[in-house]
Amino acid sequence: MDTILGRYKNLIVLAAILFAQIIALAMQVRRPTAEGETRLIRVWATAAVTPFEEAIVHTQKWAHDKWNGYIYLRHVDQENQQLRAEIDRMKLEQARLNEDATMARRIQTLLAFKEQYVESTVAAQVIGTSGSEQSRVLYIDKGSSDGIKADMAVITPTGIVGKIVQVFPGSSQVLPINDQLSGVGAALKALRLQGILKGASNGTTTLQYIMSDEPVKTGEEVITSGGDRIFPKGLPIGTVASVEPGKDLFLNIRVIPSARLDRLEEVLVVTKIQEKLPDTTDLGPIRASDILSERLPGVPVTQTVDAAGNAAGSATSTANPAQPNVPAGSAPAKPGATTSPNPANPAVGTVKPGAAAVSNATKPASAQPTKPASKPQPATPPRTGENPR
Amino acid sequence: MSSRSMPFRGSFTSREQVSVYEFSWLATILIPLVAIFIQAFLPTKIRWLPIIDLPMMVVIFFAVARRNPISGCVTGAIIGLMQDVLGGPAHPIGMYGITDTIIGYMASSLGVKIDIENPGSRFLIIYGFFVIHQGLYYGVGHGLLRQSLQWSWSHVAISALANAVVGVLVFNLLDRFKQR
Repeated sequence: MDTILGRYKNLIVLAAILFAQIIALAMQVRRPTAEGETRLIRVWATAAVTPFEEAIVHTQKWAHDKWNGYIYLRHVDQENQQLRAEIDRMKLEQARLNEDATMARRIQTLLAFKEQYVESTVAAQVIGTSGSEQSRVLYIDKGSSDGIKADMAVITPTGIVGKIVQVFPGSSQVLPINDQLSGVGAALKALRLQGILKGASNGTTTLQYIMSDEPVKTGEEVITSGGDRIFPKGLPIGTVASVEPGKDLFLNIRVIPSARLDRLEEVLVVTKIQEKLPDTTDLGPIRASDILSERLPGVPVTQTVDAAGNAAGSATSTANPAQPNVPAGSAPAKPGATTSPNPANPAVGTVKPGAAAVSNATKPASAQPTKPASKPQPATPPRTGENPR
Repeated sequence: MSSRSMPFRGSFTSREQVSVYEFSWLATILIPLVAIFIQAFLPTKIRWLPIIDLPMMVVIFFAVARRNPISGCVTGAIIGLMQDVLGGPAHPIGMYGITDTIIGYMASSLGVKIDIENPGSRFLIIYGFFVIHQGLYYGVGHGLLRQSLQWSWSHVAISALANAVVGVLVFNLLDRFKQR
């Protein structure tokens, strides 16, 4: 007996160690969410490794900031001038977008659409990885002591990154969207088709469950659909890189993430998402006539030239007082600022879309500032069930 | 460090005796820890680094230097498990543990028979063990856990080449900890 044990001692030890690990593996697979020794050992390991990673990252950032902020200031003045010019340009762009946003918020309110707002975020630094090709998890330097919880979304300004899967006191584990276990509710921005973005073991991301007869093109933007209840709706995910026929009736759409998942340094953890109706308090009262006029086609501006040669839009230039293309010289069109023909009924913010449309369809002409000189618009009631977008 | 000679009749090396090395307890603890730390930290800066498996190289190095199968598989198990705990939900603890245990056992068994002191044999050994390592990992993940892992011969071949090149350099560095 001793001879046999001595002869096969090495193999027996090998078999014993392997057997113990396979049993441990089986226990984890059987109870993947159990918080037992596995959880504890992960906490210990993370607590042992992350302080060193944090120290290096923060020291490096400190040195980098000092160098760029106080020493290496070459071309800073030139860059400042460029940035100022960029700010001026963006202010003009913002003014235009504000007009569009105002109109969109009104329509959303009418249709009782709820929006998801990212109310608060926590900035975090990426301090480590799993170090494995098969598992692409990341570690960030914020944990439960900073208010981080599991299933919180992790984003960057350029696109989403992933979600929190494990939280430790001073750090957290992030499952990126290109991990094989990841799944994100996604939609094609232009086609408004919804699917699921899944990662793979080789680090690619594919949009699944889009029917093969859909005209999906490369370069199309992919955004979050909000269906996973983790990521707010409308955040950028990436762009379509290739479209191929997949299994069954679905396309195999490969997506390149907008966020540089392989070069992440700083990320934002979305700690609070609020779901609410769009805020219309700063838009002024919404009149029924405005709602109706937004749904009716506008009349093109007809330029008239007076004796002095001044060009002015005709008083009949618009059948839509809410449109910005008001006659020259008149006040900017703000629906709530104009006099309502029916002051007793100024706002319909709480009125259901259908009711508002029906009640206003009966007197569209009275809502116009002036009657058009040409043939007036027919007072056809709008299709209330139609999505204005 | 101390070194002793071990007579082994089945050795394929030209020398009749192969050297068995020992390491200080500090090196035994710190070398694996540093390897795992580098493996986890540097990919945030160098994106291709995950194809390099430093902990596996350390397992092979210790195994072939000590030339003791029991020591090799225990070292492999410990280093593999340490590597496992940093993995995500797709990576249960034990996947690297099992593969590194087997690699440690095989490397130490092979180290008894083959002289791995020169760069050429080190290159071939690391190349071969990396391919075996990837195959074992795939087998554990796909066979035991039913994970949807993808196998690409070209990727494995290129990764093995990179690991072999880096491994030769790492082995030369770690040779300094052999107390000859």
